[in-house]
Amino acid sequence: MVGAFSKALRVSDSEVKDGIKYGTKKWDSIAHMVLVGALESEFNIMIDTEDVIAMSSFDKAKEIVTKYGVDLKS
Amino acid sequence: MALTLSLEGKVALVTGSTRGIGWASAQVLAEAGATVILNGVSDEKLLEQRVAELRAHGYSVSGHLFDVSSSDAVKNVYQRIFQSNKRLDLLVNNAGILEDSVLGMVTPEMIDRTMHTNVLGMMLNMQYASRLMSRVGGGSIINIASIIGRVGNLGQVVYGASKAAVIGATLSAAKELAGDNIRVNAIAPGFIDTDMVRKLPKEKFEERMRSIKMKRIGMPKDVSNAVLFLASDLSAYVTGQVLGVDGGMLI
Repeated sequence: MVGAFSKALRVSDSEVKDGIKYGTKKWDSIAHMVLVGALESEFNIMIDTEDVIAMSSFDKAKEIVTKYGVDLKS
Repeated sequence: MALTLSLEGKVALVTGSTRGIGWASAQVLAEAGATVILNGVSDEKLLEQRVAELRAHGYSVSGHLFDVSSSDAVKNVYQRIFQSNKRLDLLVNNAGILEDSVLGMVTPEMIDRTMHTNVLGMMLNMQYASRLMSRVGGGSIINIASIIGRVGNLGQVVYGASKAAVIGATLSAAKELAGDNIRVNAIAPGFIDTDMVRKLPKEKFEERMRSIKMKRIGMPKDVSNAVLFLASDLSAYVTGQVLGVDGGMLI
């Protein structure tokens, strides 16, 4: 999860863990769609538009992918 | 990869594909080797018949009955496409409605119905399709606009506005999605022999015929051939274009 985030947003793992949020310079709308695509590919899911829009932070993204049956603990 | 009209291995969704231009497009894409997903809004029997007709030729095809302007229905269909096909390469946004009315008699409900199907439906499908396409490295979206969206027509303020919106959305989406190798183009058919034009009064029909410089009505196949071109690798470097298929109505 952290890896998908850091690769899509081109930031370090520590920046992701520090609580990066949507709307910052590195996480704009274009990067957001790259991130959504990366998460969908990583976990083999398809995220609804409402969830795409709601994905505003790393924690929120974890909550959303969990909703699609992704087990982040394994 | 060789430049070819073959669509082997590609998956295509054609909305509004039980009749007219949509049906002709579904046929030509299936003939070119694509797995084709058909769509109708209410006539389940006709949809099943169309699926059976293509399967009888040995083509890979399925059908989904859904309203393109329902966000929940569109979401569910793309989830099912993702689950069963794992990819989408081509979208032909063809579903549309036409209600003629002079400006003074246009009702808010008429505007709502037309914009919902012709504009909202087109955008919802582009939205979900582009996300599936980006996952397989690209694709082609073909929006069926109309000559009316370019030059207007008496009694078609609402329809013309909706088709002008299709063109505007095509141009913007083409810019937005080019970086993902997703091409977005529109086709603007002229006077095509479909159910829509057969309802025209005789004098209107003849007036339209006189404006066609090639002196014949267009056939759905004329439009679907353009769809095949825009779906294939022959148009690999073509995006953000509005291709008129109108027998010279505009020249």
